[in-house]
Amino acid sequence: MTLDVAIVALPLLGALIAGIGNRRIGDHAAQWITSGLMLAVMVISWITFFDVTGSGATRTTELFTWFETGSFRAAWAVRIDQLSAVMLIVVTTVSAMVHVYSIGYMHHDKSVPRFMAYLSFFTFCMLMLVTADNFIQMFFGWEGVGLSSYLLIGFWYDRPTANAAAIKAFLVNRVGDFGFALGIMGVFLVFNTVEFKPLFDTIIAGQTPPTFNFIGYEVDTLTALCLLLFVGAMGKSAQLFLHTWLPDAMEGPTPVSALIHAATMVTAGVFMVCRLSPMFEYAPYAKEVVTVVGASTAFFAATVGLTQNDIKRVIAYSTCSQLGYMFFAAGVGAYGAAMFHLFTHAFFKALLFLCAGSVIHAMSGEQDMRKMGGIYKLIPTTYTLMWIGNIALAGVGIPGVFGFAGFYSKDSILESAFAAHSSVGMYAFWLGIIGAVMTAFYSWRLIYMTFHNKPRASHDVMHHVHESPWVMLAPLFVLAAGAILTGFVWHESFVGSEMEHFWGQAIHFAATNEVPHHAHDVPLWVKLLPLAAGLIGILFATYAYLVQKGLPAAIANALKPLYLMSYNKWYFDELYDAIFVNPAKALGRFLWKKGDGAIVDGAVDGFAWLTGSWFAKRASALQSGYVYHYAFVMLIGIVAMVSWYIFAFGK
Amino acid sequence: MSGSMPILSLTTFLPLLGAALILILKGDAGAVARNARYIALWTSLITFAVSLVIWFQFDRSVVGFQFVEKMEWLPLLDINYHMGIDGISMTFVLLSTLLTPICILASWESIEKRVKEYMIAFLGLETMMVGTFCALDFVAFYIFFEAVLIPMYLIIGIWGGPRRVYSAVKFFLYTLTGSVLMLLAILAMYTIAGTTDIPTLMGYSFDPAIQNWLWLALFASFAVKVPMWPVHTWLPDAHVEAPTAGSVILAGVLLKMGAYGFLRFSIPMLPEASAYFTPLVYAMSVVAVIYTSLIALAQEDMKKLIAYSSVAHMGFVTAGIFSMTQQGLEGALFQMLSHGVVSGALFLCVGVIYDRLHTREIARYGGLVHRMPKYAVVFMIFTMASVGLPGTSGFIGEFLVMVGVFKDNTWVALLIATGVILGAAYMLWLYRRIIFGELVKEDLKTMLDLSLREKVIFAPLLLLVFWMGIYPISFTSIFGPTVTDFIQDYGPRMEAVAGDPAATTQ
Repeated sequence: MTLDVAIVALPLLGALIAGIGNRRIGDHAAQWITSGLMLAVMVISWITFFDVTGSGATRTTELFTWFETGSFRAAWAVRIDQLSAVMLIVVTTVSAMVHVYSIGYMHHDKSVPRFMAYLSFFTFCMLMLVTADNFIQMFFGWEGVGLSSYLLIGFWYDRPTANAAAIKAFLVNRVGDFGFALGIMGVFLVFNTVEFKPLFDTIIAGQTPPTFNFIGYEVDTLTALCLLLFVGAMGKSAQLFLHTWLPDAMEGPTPVSALIHAATMVTAGVFMVCRLSPMFEYAPYAKEVVTVVGASTAFFAATVGLTQNDIKRVIAYSTCSQLGYMFFAAGVGAYGAAMFHLFTHAFFKALLFLCAGSVIHAMSGEQDMRKMGGIYKLIPTTYTLMWIGNIALAGVGIPGVFGFAGFYSKDSILESAFAAHSSVGMYAFWLGIIGAVMTAFYSWRLIYMTFHNKPRASHDVMHHVHESPWVMLAPLFVLAAGAILTGFVWHESFVGSEMEHFWGQAIHFAATNEVPHHAHDVPLWVKLLPLAAGLIGILFATYAYLVQKGLPAAIANALKPLYLMSYNKWYFDELYDAIFVNPAKALGRFLWKKGDGAIVDGAVDGFAWLTGSWFAKRASALQSGYVYHYAFVMLIGIVAMVSWYIFAFGK
Repeated sequence: MSGSMPILSLTTFLPLLGAALILILKGDAGAVARNARYIALWTSLITFAVSLVIWFQFDRSVVGFQFVEKMEWLPLLDINYHMGIDGISMTFVLLSTLLTPICILASWESIEKRVKEYMIAFLGLETMMVGTFCALDFVAFYIFFEAVLIPMYLIIGIWGGPRRVYSAVKFFLYTLTGSVLMLLAILAMYTIAGTTDIPTLMGYSFDPAIQNWLWLALFASFAVKVPMWPVHTWLPDAHVEAPTAGSVILAGVLLKMGAYGFLRFSIPMLPEASAYFTPLVYAMSVVAVIYTSLIALAQEDMKKLIAYSSVAHMGFVTAGIFSMTQQGLEGALFQMLSHGVVSGALFLCVGVIYDRLHTREIARYGGLVHRMPKYAVVFMIFTMASVGLPGTSGFIGEFLVMVGVFKDNTWVALLIATGVILGAAYMLWLYRRIIFGELVKEDLKTMLDLSLREKVIFAPLLLLVFWMGIYPISFTSIFGPTVTDFIQDYGPRMEAVAGDPAATTQ
């Protein structure tokens, strides 16, 4: 299908035009060409989405073979099925909105075409990732989005912090990709293919070789492979231990945070696990690991989010936490719920980030919430939209009637975790509930600190506070519509009664996996608890930040160690510096000076010293006109040696 | 097989003809220098055009040597002038003929003294390189292989940096020590097998008892050339002092000769010994990747950093070769080509700013993106190719090697894969220090972006990096069949020794 290819190709075209044209075509052309192409792609994607999920007409368009050595083969392809179709609308919609928003947000930046080119290039890579029909193209997109993320985090390359954050993001992702790559190699070793279809067919047909040898151990095939691949997912989706890059990534311009570090790229790991559901379904131990990691991240990130003061970092930790929810949903086997939350989260989280951008824009670049406050009357539209995003995130709604997006998707995740009836399921469920309280708390803490109470910004800044232009607000309305409606409209499709028809073959459920069905039959209190958790969080935040304003400081003082732990992000950065970064640097220096310098060269120089004076004398002749002689002598020497040996041994 | 034209000899010796022309140039120094430059450029371009005939006429479905030329040379000793190329050597001939004109252009302005001699040395170098990859007689190979040292030695020793003499001598000592041992091996093989004909020797079965000794003697030479850890220390010094073009050829072509030696000699002629020593090669490769990557992290000199990264990248190559798997071998060959292009280009990138500021110290730079945006883009692309980003040539080579090695030994694959993380660390850190940041240093504020000549130099390399990354089949189809055949020929003999089940042609 030409249209399928166009979805992927048009963003690349836009990136090339804006990137190569750059100053020659100017800011306006770059903005409108890239945005126009993205809007077109968005329309095509929605058409494709309705077509595929309605008719079940999945297809793969193979462009040409990428490489082929022996049976190790992969093609450039565009695979459209229900799973990729969902990703298509998520990616293209948020991307198109961010493109348009950036026209306003970046209008006085000096490198607008470069920015637009990066955004479009990112979108291209992300679309390559989700439409891959083999591991290698997925890896291409995977690393490609990593590159775009690196370039965009470091977009303001004058700032040392931005550069450091960019490198950190790339490297931490590389650690994840290290696992991903080993997983791909293992898949090829065991199954002799890296293409999804034959791979999944083999597994579903039960023809998986039970074990293979990995670093000296006979390991269970699917468990080992799934765990290796999941390391990649952890890196990209900023899960516990590989999460440290995501908060730092907020150094990038805010539209980037919305597109890459909230709605799309960071969800690639979740998408990967869902895409590989035929593998994970038969690797129960790996699924338990996914559940535990996801639940732990959901909890951990929420605790850190409670105390951060940078408006973007709060939302970043919130993203990290929400990704944890998606993972434990996938881990208990509720892939539909994971994808559903991915889908709704993209809208409300992109909305929240872009609202934060609007606030930052209004506050002349200020990101510290301690220096905000009292601006809700000055930027009422942004304020309202932020409420919408928060309500969607906290999962507020009236059961059985209507709720914002997160109300449906988060509930569905927590119900699934409960319905798993396993110890890891319960672990995830309870951490998820506690996380939901904290989510609501930090979301409203953000609202109150940013918009309410007395202004804490300087008079100058307050004087300049203004609502954003329409080009920035219009995309927010679209995203707000998504945050309000997507849950209500699609919950039957993603996780409800139409689920099987909706997903078709794109997600595989093992015969033993009954979690998606049991999720609807959980006790009433399980269904109501997430809502209650959200309301508790909101009420407590309101009490602490609007009524009893001394309370937060009092609590922080009373629980000083816990507060510091949270405020310092559980000291992960310090820990990693101490055990990885600094030792690597020191070791490199040591090997260079001692290993290469003293030992290897010491031996060589010792030998050279024996012949040294002779050589030095001859060598100095090089600079004084004996060049030809020297070359000639060498040549003669070689010929002489050769001749001598040939005649000595030859006869 | 070959047409009426002795195309390989033509490609090999055309540069010498150009060198001879330059040699007879006389007259006013300025004119001589100018004419020498133009003659060298045109000679190398014509040579490249001739070598393109090989690209188009090479039959990719055929396994075995093509364009074969054979003449009696020393009939008494049954030593012939025997030339020919197969899937393994073909691409290196083209790599050599491509990089030479690029190098001559890169030296256009930076070489100011003794231009005439420089161009002669460079054209002579090209002859020796091409000859090395075409020779099918061990004696001719040895002469080419060793004679490469002479122009390279001179290029470093005369046109190099301040410590050029130390570096040149170190380079020469290292490589010559290896060569002497190789010569002994050649003589021993000649004594036993009665021939120096390479295709004949590739089918000869040496007594396993003597194989190990022969293998070690050859290994001494090839390992230095690759270079493998721990005999790599000549490389950073040689690179640092060599002029830009010298570094390009050194990294681009000369380093490939060692690995080529493994493929042409060690494994085919001594498969049992190769199997016996595979763990050694693996160990040295793994150490090379991790050790030199860590060292690269600590470098303060741009060229040294890239030199150390070369050692790490060549560690992938040696591991891939000795995995004896289809993907490992093809990956190794691909990685060699890719590294030839990418590291060559990275040295050219260093050369661009070295020509402007005359220092290689990383700390002296910073914020170049403000003055040199085009340069920043070019450097970024090659940096990404160096760290093996998918879509660039670097990915295909590295990934194929890892897949191949994984089939043979998961530990080795796991360990060399860490090089992928470390590689990103040192390259991005280098890039950040040179290109990003604020432009504060006064002498950087007047630097100019890429000139037309520099753009012309980079254009073909950029094209290759993407072509090889997006449609690598153009290249793998050259050596794929040869590799399959290679594994069928020597795999079983190696398996018999090592009990190595992975040597299959899947």
